[in-house]
Amino acid sequence: MRHLLGAGVSLAVLCLMGGAALAADCGITSGKVAILSNDFNALRILADAAKECANDKVTVTANQTTEHKNLQVPALTVNPAQYTVAFVANNSIAPLLSADLVRPLDDLIAKYGQQLQPNQLIKVDGKTMAIAFDANSQHLFYRKDILAKAGVQPPKTYEDVLAAAKAIKDQGIMQYPLAAADKPGWDLGAEFVNMYIGEGGDFFDSSSAKLAINNDKGIATLKMMKALTAYMPPDYLTYDADAMKAAYTSSKVAMMDGWGSYANDVIGPKDADQNVATNTVLAAAPTVGGNDIPAASLWWDGFSIAKNISDADAEASFKAMMHALDPSVAAAHPDAAPWLMKGFQPGAAQVGVMATASAPDAKAYPMLPYMGLLHTALSNEIGDYLKGSKDEAKTLADIEADYNAAAKEGGFL
Amino acid sequence: MPHRTFLMFILPSLLAMLVFIAAPVVSVAVQSLFIAHDKVMVSVQSCGPFGCSTNVHVDNKATEDLQKKEPLGKFNGLGTYLDRNHLAVAEVGAIISNNTGLSDAATRIYALPFYRALSFTLVYTFVVTPLAMLLGFVIALSVNAVSPWIKGPVIFFSLLPMIITPIVGSLIVYWMIDANAILGAALQDLFHDPNLYLKASPILTWIVLLAYGIWTNGPFSFVVFYAGLQMVPKDTLESAMIDGANRWERVRFVVVPYLTPLATFIALVQLMDNFRVFEPIVGFNAQANATSLSYSIYSDLNGQFSQLFSSAAATSMLTIVGVVILLVPVLVRTWREFNLKVV
Repeated sequence: MRHLLGAGVSLAVLCLMGGAALAADCGITSGKVAILSNDFNALRILADAAKECANDKVTVTANQTTEHKNLQVPALTVNPAQYTVAFVANNSIAPLLSADLVRPLDDLIAKYGQQLQPNQLIKVDGKTMAIAFDANSQHLFYRKDILAKAGVQPPKTYEDVLAAAKAIKDQGIMQYPLAAADKPGWDLGAEFVNMYIGEGGDFFDSSSAKLAINNDKGIATLKMMKALTAYMPPDYLTYDADAMKAAYTSSKVAMMDGWGSYANDVIGPKDADQNVATNTVLAAAPTVGGNDIPAASLWWDGFSIAKNISDADAEASFKAMMHALDPSVAAAHPDAAPWLMKGFQPGAAQVGVMATASAPDAKAYPMLPYMGLLHTALSNEIGDYLKGSKDEAKTLADIEADYNAAAKEGGFL
Repeated sequence: MPHRTFLMFILPSLLAMLVFIAAPVVSVAVQSLFIAHDKVMVSVQSCGPFGCSTNVHVDNKATEDLQKKEPLGKFNGLGTYLDRNHLAVAEVGAIISNNTGLSDAATRIYALPFYRALSFTLVYTFVVTPLAMLLGFVIALSVNAVSPWIKGPVIFFSLLPMIITPIVGSLIVYWMIDANAILGAALQDLFHDPNLYLKASPILTWIVLLAYGIWTNGPFSFVVFYAGLQMVPKDTLESAMIDGANRWERVRFVVVPYLTPLATFIALVQLMDNFRVFEPIVGFNAQANATSLSYSIYSDLNGQFSQLFSSAAATSMLTIVGVVILLVPVLVRTWREFNLKVV
């Protein structure tokens, strides 16, 4: 008993000392670093790396929640802002830019950002407003054992995907071979955006917020989405991205258009069903309609620094983030995400994203302030179309009317 | 009691209501009359890891100046109430003047977001309220009749649906009715239909939501009716028994008339509560098949990146108007009774 107590005390002391030893010298003299971010593995790794800069003169905290998009605008509007660093992506940076809540980083980059690659700098109107650290996109996950059993070739286009699903279903191998994240809300809109990009369409007129999806490409997009649902479990309208991943990893479906950030969970050694893990192939997102554009939008994740904070805090935050974005961090976690840091070699889990991103015509999710309104309009109206209550023309007309009402209220039209 | 004493007595509550209820409602009403200023857009080039493109962005400086001059926004009058996402006056007019029959007009009006939310809200309110009251009444009668030994546990189990946090309860039931889970699979077996997915069709989703509503609202009626049952005079019941009335007739002619004022009170509270249905829709992920007015307010404010304050404010005001309309019959009746008493 006494030995146990002694051992316990020594362990506690070691942990405290070990904790102190982990504190790194990020070159910060003083300041406060408060991070607001989404909650997935890659971002947790970076926040932990940033926390290594904490010492008695510098505080580093992180609020990592899936609700970050709702928190960021109010939290950064107050003066002083509640968070100094906001982790953003193509879509979540738009409201921060519109409300002028983040500061240009050019002078901080000139002083402390030598490690950054040119493609990591997100520039708007010549000023760097964010720094990207990883790329993400949705791409095709498929079970090569099930496809081999059905005798189909790996699908390269969505038409191939339909044929493969039909073969699997007809041969009785699996009742519902496909899964997609079709839940109204963010996911359903994202599915339309991806497919429409694959069809080669433009969302808006070139220099205004006027919607431009009411055309043949929009109709083809809707038709393809509907055709795919025939091979999905009937409650597909309740599947968000996590439910889709759960269906895939529990072998309920054979193919899914999943996020690259899920790849490690699906094929990694920990917790994954080994049968699914070894038989999963990560392929580029399929093309559609005979085009060469992957039917997926490319995303970058990055960070911005708030405007309504002191310059000392901004400098401290930038230095802490530079420590977190050190290439050694990316090298230590090669399977977490397709990092953009210098010298990063992609691991097995990033094959799908790299294949999608390296296609010459791959497009990024539009970084426009009114894209969110379109995304919401898509989510509101396509659910009914998939259920069969209206046809393509009416759906597109309704999307346009919904978007116009919201854009007028938002002052964009 | 003298008016002055009465005023002093209710002054704290009155102040609290003014500050926490009346003032916010007025502020929301004012907000609903304004929309955001027209954003000044400017064409810029933006670059990222995947290349450069020319986009349109908001000109922060100009928009900020406009915002400082008129912080409330651009005055829109009743425009937000009449636009497509609310009363949709123009669209409804077009549908009514140009349709191929009643069912076509109804389908097209149903496709408009506000009317879709309103129809589910009204169905939920008018189905769940009476059935939940009936369920509560039946439970109260049964509990009143069981032996004292097991009365305690029976009351506890009857109250459970109300005690559980609405979101947690609806999530639990949602996962139980999944096709791979116990209730969903059992139903598939029972009906010999492997394609029976409760979450898939709108009709089944509505039925599940209504059943869930009745189940969770029953206990409230049970509690009030049970308390009322204790006040039913035993003499009247005994004399009814002596006169040869059976159990059903005793309930119908003695108990029910005594409990009618309580039923009015419960109906009032439940109508107001059920009109604001929200948690079951979130817990059951049912927004594809069923939305309510409260859910529209939530999705306006939780929308991807811009919170549509004016739209949410307009829907809030319309909800308040809806509740007032629902309560008008009861209020009229109370007013008449008050007048009679005064006379």
